[in-house]
Amino acid sequence: MSKSQQDFESVLSDSATDVASFSQKKTLLDKIQSLLHANPALVPLIVLMLSLLVFGLILGEKFFSPFSLTLILQQVAIVGFVGAAQTLIIITAGIDLSVGAIMVLSSVVMGQFTFRYGLPVEFAILCGLGVGAICGFINGFLVAVVKLPPFIVTLGMWQIVLASNFLYSANETIRSQDIAEKAAALHFFGEKVKIGGAVFTYGVIFMVVLVLVLNYILNHTAWGRHVYAIGDDSDAAELSGVQVKKTLISVYVIAGLICALAGWVLIGRIGSVSPTAGQFANIESITAVVIGGISLFGGRGSIMGMLFGALIVGVFSLGLRLIGTDPQWTYMLIGILIISAVAIDQWIRRVSA
Amino acid sequence: MNNNIEPILTGRGLVKRYGRVTALDHADFDLYPGEILAVIGDNGAGKSSMIKAVSGATIPDEGEVMLEGKPVHFTSPIDAREAGIETVYQNLALSPALSIADNMFMGREVRKKGFLGKYMRMLDRPKMEQIARDKLSELGLLTIQNINQTVETLSGGQRQGVAVARAAAFGSKVIILDEPTAALGVKESRKVLELISDVRSRGIPIVLISHNMPHVFEVADRIHIHRLGKRLCVINPKDYSMSDAVAFMTGAKEPT
Ligand SMILES: Nc1ncnc2c1ncn2[C@@H]1O[C@H](COP(=O)(O)OP(=O)(O)O)[C@@H](O)[C@H]1O
Ligand SMILES: [Mg+2]
Repeated sequence: MSKSQQDFESVLSDSATDVASFSQKKTLLDKIQSLLHANPALVPLIVLMLSLLVFGLILGEKFFSPFSLTLILQQVAIVGFVGAAQTLIIITAGIDLSVGAIMVLSSVVMGQFTFRYGLPVEFAILCGLGVGAICGFINGFLVAVVKLPPFIVTLGMWQIVLASNFLYSANETIRSQDIAEKAAALHFFGEKVKIGGAVFTYGVIFMVVLVLVLNYILNHTAWGRHVYAIGDDSDAAELSGVQVKKTLISVYVIAGLICALAGWVLIGRIGSVSPTAGQFANIESITAVVIGGISLFGGRGSIMGMLFGALIVGVFSLGLRLIGTDPQWTYMLIGILIISAVAIDQWIRRVSA
Repeated sequence: MNNNIEPILTGRGLVKRYGRVTALDHADFDLYPGEILAVIGDNGAGKSSMIKAVSGATIPDEGEVMLEGKPVHFTSPIDAREAGIETVYQNLALSPALSIADNMFMGREVRKKGFLGKYMRMLDRPKMEQIARDKLSELGLLTIQNINQTVETLSGGQRQGVAVARAAAFGSKVIILDEPTAALGVKESRKVLELISDVRSRGIPIVLISHNMPHVFEVADRIHIHRLGKRLCVINPKDYSMSDAVAFMTGAKEPT
């Protein structure tokens, strides 16, 4: 090699060995930036701890009791489920506006199949889960194969699914007493486990388990790595051997299935099957994801962050309610958190070495 | 190359149209075992389109690709990779937010042995990191300290190094490099050229697309000159000067 090396490059061996750089010394801020870059769930975790601390100091026992803290968990169970589905989609650089509608339609199918057609409740639940998966598949097919923008596809699906939900259910609510009598399985996730003053529902426990399992899958399996690679740069992922279409469709199907599970949990939470429930699940799930430090540009963030994001919202809601302020203050604080989270995300993304 | 050796990778009559643009117009291509074949040509001549057609990144509208004399029909880069052809695309095809190790094993991850790998689908991180580290240091890229650092924190030259190392680590039959030195400084280019010679010394033939005439004339055994979507001629760098080559590829002079 060195023999054939171009003559004019022979001086290279004497050239300076350091690379161009502006001050190699890393400031504290640079170090923080790198740390957050490597651990995207750290910011929401710190915010969560701080808000627990502050409300605990202000409210004392009233807030810092096993009962209140587990009440927060119960209140974020649904958002946690739907947020998990939303996280998967947003990591692929998509967005899913139809999550709430899929959740409600699935719960209505579970209820109506049992009560209108007299099908066994277990089978009706399976049908509800199937409906969620099919909605997810349609989203995934339109995004991955027809190559329509996720925002538009899911905006359309939101309307279509919601309209189907109202037309099919004829706006009819199935009462809690009827469910308890004839189809108790629909209330499964509402069942409670009491440990001292702490109250956990199966829904809460299952939500936390689901998030932990998804966290494992996203970080320790090839499929999970592919989901991140697609969100990062889908052309690059395709060229480096990722089956982009197949993976994307699978992400949307799994998201649809999780939303359907959320529909089942929803029945346990509110007791009845109502076609008008869960209207804010869309916005609440996106809020949890964004406050959780997951980048809307895709490819970055941790699903644990989403859980912390959902809990932050839960802590603020309960804390401010116990203090007795106007609930509008909660929304205002959440608004500030959303904008701050995105600003921090932009800053972290500018990290260099 | 002498005529009784069979080419390892061949393209015949390749056509690729993008709307009204004909990127490939019945292009031919031959790569022989053990050689470095440089492909030169003006911007937009269809060099990238040609290597994409032989590496599965695009499906040609017409024409045939043969590997070791047998026709192949790659429908994705995965097909070509499985056949032993590795490509470093002009845009590198790395995922900036993922680590070096994740990138090197993208699409061919190694799972743990036993229950964890089989049923839990768990990746064998330590093993992949070890292999990645070995490959990078084999190619003299030891300056990269942390195999878990994300690609976006690397310099342009280091990224190029990772992409080339990935191709070199897994390419068993053919390695294709599309303008690997275009974005690099003098020293970084030198490093990549050394990598190329290293790979060739292991007996693997290389296709090098480049605009840099000194580099091409330094390393190439043969030079494929591409013009207006097809192969104009193939020259031996010992028989022609750099200005001849430039004259051919721009159409200022016709090959005899
Ligand atoms: N994906 C594409 N869509 C549309 N036109 C393309 C695409 N890829 C290449 N082309 C066109 O094909 C021609 C050849 O491009 P390319 O193969 O990239 O040339 P080169 O690599 O020699 O610079 C150019 O005119 C380019 O604009
Ligand atoms: Mg090109």
